Amino acid sequence: MTRFIVRRLVGMVAVLFAVSVIVFVVFMVLPKQNPAQSLAGKNATPLLVKNIEAEWGFDDSLPQQYLTMMKKVFTGELIQYEPRIPVDDRIVEGIPATFSLAIGAALIWLFFGLLLGYLSAIRAGGWLDRILTGFSIAGISIPVFFLGPVLIYFFSNKFEIFPNGQYVPFSEDPTEWLKHLILPWFTLAVLSIGFYSRVLRSNMLDVMNEDYVRTARAKGLSERQVMTRHVLRNSLIPVITLFGLDFGATIAGTAIITEAIFSIDGVGNYAAEAVAKFELPPIMGVALYGAFFVVLLNTIVDVVYAYLDPRVRLGESASE
Amino acid sequence: MSQAPLLSVRDLRVGFATEGGVVQAVDGVSFDLRPGEVLAIVGESGSGKSVTAQTIIGLTRANNARIEGSVKLDGEELTEASDAEMRLLRGEKVAMVFQDPMTSFNPVYRIGDQIVEAIRAHRPDTSKQQGKARVVELFEAVGIPKAEQRVDDYPHEFSGGMRQRAMIAMALALEPEVLIADEPTTALDVTIQAQILDLLEQLNRERNLATILITHDLGVVAEVADRVLVMYAGKVVEQGTLDEIFYDPQHPYTWGLLGSLTRIDRPRPHRLPQIAGQPPSLLDLPEGCPFRPRCPHEFGKCSEYPGLDARLSEEPDHRDRCWLTPEEKREKRQVEGQIGLEAPR
Amino acid sequence: MSEEATAERGPWALALRRFFRNRLAVAFLGVFVLIVVFVLAAPLWANHVADTGPNQEHTVEQITVDGEKKDVVSPEGKPIGPQWFGADGKFFLGADSRLGRDEMVRLMYGGRTSLLVGISAALIATFLAIVLGLMAGYFRGWVDSFIARMLDVIWSLPVFLIGLSVGIALAVGGLKIGPLELSSGSLWNPILIISIFTVPYIARPIRGEVLALSEKEFVEAAIAQGASPLRVMFGEILPNLASTVIVFFTLMIANSMLFEAGLSFLGAGVQPPNSSWGTMITVGVDLLRIQPLLAILPGLMITLTVLSLNIVGDALRDALDPRGKARMDAALQFEAQAGTVSTEAGAARS
Repeated sequence: MTRFIVRRLVGMVAVLFAVSVIVFVVFMVLPKQNPAQSLAGKNATPLLVKNIEAEWGFDDSLPQQYLTMMKKVFTGELIQYEPRIPVDDRIVEGIPATFSLAIGAALIWLFFGLLLGYLSAIRAGGWLDRILTGFSIAGISIPVFFLGPVLIYFFSNKFEIFPNGQYVPFSEDPTEWLKHLILPWFTLAVLSIGFYSRVLRSNMLDVMNEDYVRTARAKGLSERQVMTRHVLRNSLIPVITLFGLDFGATIAGTAIITEAIFSIDGVGNYAAEAVAKFELPPIMGVALYGAFFVVLLNTIVDVVYAYLDPRVRLGESASE
Repeated sequence: MSQAPLLSVRDLRVGFATEGGVVQAVDGVSFDLRPGEVLAIVGESGSGKSVTAQTIIGLTRANNARIEGSVKLDGEELTEASDAEMRLLRGEKVAMVFQDPMTSFNPVYRIGDQIVEAIRAHRPDTSKQQGKARVVELFEAVGIPKAEQRVDDYPHEFSGGMRQRAMIAMALALEPEVLIADEPTTALDVTIQAQILDLLEQLNRERNLATILITHDLGVVAEVADRVLVMYAGKVVEQGTLDEIFYDPQHPYTWGLLGSLTRIDRPRPHRLPQIAGQPPSLLDLPEGCPFRPRCPHEFGKCSEYPGLDARLSEEPDHRDRCWLTPEEKREKRQVEGQIGLEAPR
Repeated sequence: MSEEATAERGPWALALRRFFRNRLAVAFLGVFVLIVVFVLAAPLWANHVADTGPNQEHTVEQITVDGEKKDVVSPEGKPIGPQWFGADGKFFLGADSRLGRDEMVRLMYGGRTSLLVGISAALIATFLAIVLGLMAGYFRGWVDSFIARMLDVIWSLPVFLIGLSVGIALAVGGLKIGPLELSSGSLWNPILIISIFTVPYIARPIRGEVLALSEKEFVEAAIAQGASPLRVMFGEILPNLASTVIVFFTLMIANSMLFEAGLSFLGAGVQPPNSSWGTMITVGVDLLRIQPLLAILPGLMITLTVLSLNIVGDALRDALDPRGKARMDAALQFEAQAGTVSTEAGAARS
């Protein structure tokens, strides 16, 4: 098991390295425009551009430039230039809001996604299944930039049930925190609810054809026991993998649009504002931050997967 | 042998509605099983032998399935039993061992726990310790060494043969009256096959356990069966005692199965080729005898399907579905000095 | 079964018949066709009805509605609402913002962009995926493991965020790789970004299928008959990928359109003067309180398009993969029987 974890950690570092190289190439090498100009922002003075050029060493060789960039990232010297604020400060400030949004949405989508998927699978072919399948395909087709405005319009403009966004820290006022987050949570969750119920349903239908499910029936378990202990339990393993990936992707990207729509001051909204202003340093910072979480969660998922599926766990240590 | 039958199947028909039409997987199968008896059901895949077996314990019940006929266990009609009644019977009175021990255990649970689960499904007050003790006992009975340790292993830590032993242990856990073994040795190495068959035979003898053995391999049958049913395309084409089937087979399909066996009781061990061609699609059966397209002895009368009748006065329980006269059969089944099916013309 | 009978009811005809039996899917195929017609009709509507272009501003103009003069944009900056046919089709859905552009015209032209980007990106991604899949199957060994690893790495990246970064980097600075040069406003920027980052979604299943197909008997038979590996790849394996490719291509268009809308919504996708449904939502969200339709309409169009593609894609998969469908019917023990039936169908096909 230790060996397994170590291998995954090495893989994690490798992927992070790949991401940093991609970020470097994308921002520093590919653009036609002078990268210093891009970093400085739209309305930068020639002096600032010149300073940035010197600071980032754009005359050096590419590997040297890469090292300079990474050094800035790790020492907190990656800064946005107008106004001059270290990028990592802003990211740290945004994390509570982003995590509140992502964790809440994830719990909602897991609960409803799995519930709908389970019901759909055990009633496969029946009318309930048809209705739920319809719901889930609609769910995966509703993007947040449609659902968000619709919910805001109905629930906060027309009938003032919920506030139309903003973020209130939990430490300040837990009730307000909750009220402000309900619409964003559901906005962010709906697509995944549809997706997870589809995935669980099709996994369960596959597992239902497994020999061991027939064995479970043959030994006299009730249908419910067969479904929960054998079919559901085994169908959840891939879902958990998926969940780790999606949760990472939510923190590192999907939440951006939701945060922007609901003006939640999280990491995503920081990135969205930077995009709108064409400011590159915050985007570089957020991209690397996001990659870190995605890769970290991938690694955790691999370990959890190994724990849940003894074949992986024991197979690895036995065969190597 | 004069005991009342434990299990009595009459004119069982199982059809599945599919997109292409109704597949009549089992078409009028009847047999009796007495305590302590081993009945073999033999046929190629798709012959309906597994569906027959699974229908007995209600595993083929589905929205698209249509089950007709009668299955009586201890005089109780099973085709009319509720799902809950069937559940109580599975494992308790009729237990099943499946073909592939690799996939028949849930990979994520320990083998011991899976057997305890089977026990507790019927005896809910069994404690975990009691259950485990019982599993150790069962493991010892089926010849799994170091039973104490192995109960805590996961399925993938068992070898194929050991896993099949564990399957059998699970089937025995509640001391059922009938054991259905569905191709129990097909997925195993030849040497392991023999060990598992020995085990089944031993259990049958020691526990007077009525057994239905489903197989495509007549070689397996020879070792353990008392009586044999040969199935083809959903119907029984020949049935009789082991000796009748082996030494006086009446149906050309049986000849083919026998001919493709390796036999060491012959002066010159020789294997005839497999029966040519494919079994027919159940959606598109030929008219008359379904074996006709593969049968080298086919003649005009075969466009009509014969009943399952006793055609030999000296063997009243030996029935078959072939129009040839016993004399013709005796002559035509001799191929290269042994029983077999010649290549089609 | 005679050869003629199988030719008559070949697998494709059967699949088509199965598809058309699915009424919901047929209805949504109709919806998709209507959407395509809608966006294709953009110039007709713009020139003959609305009499304006998608980017033409009407800041200080007035229109006559039922004999009454109305500001296109009120002095407070509020754009006019839907006029339907009140002004002979002008400002059918109102104006888009304080710039006073015709929302209906923009919706039609924006849809062109969205569909164009979505379809082109899906085409490129599918093409790349087929090439990668065939290469993996053709060369095997380290080429295959390299391709598989690359796909895994892209798969495990925060794709949207990196797409966003690339989008913004290109939107700021354009792109220059050797002779390939793209201006910062080019539509190729979002198309390339989306296609490259979505390749794994389709390349992984295709690679799996190529590898599975190359184990099949008919491929081995072709090799045994001395067919060159290249011929095997294109002559034997490629045609058998068709059903997978069709299904995934449909779903990829939907996926790419969502990706594009997300990028464009944030300003890292389609750049002015082009507009797409995604950029229109951005404009509309600011006016959500006073003219909610401006944000909701383009969103609804995207949702409808994506929904119809998803439903059609699902139905195609069911129609082309009847075994999967048979599985769904939860016919438990039926497997063995279905096995013999569908092998026959397979044998008849080859």
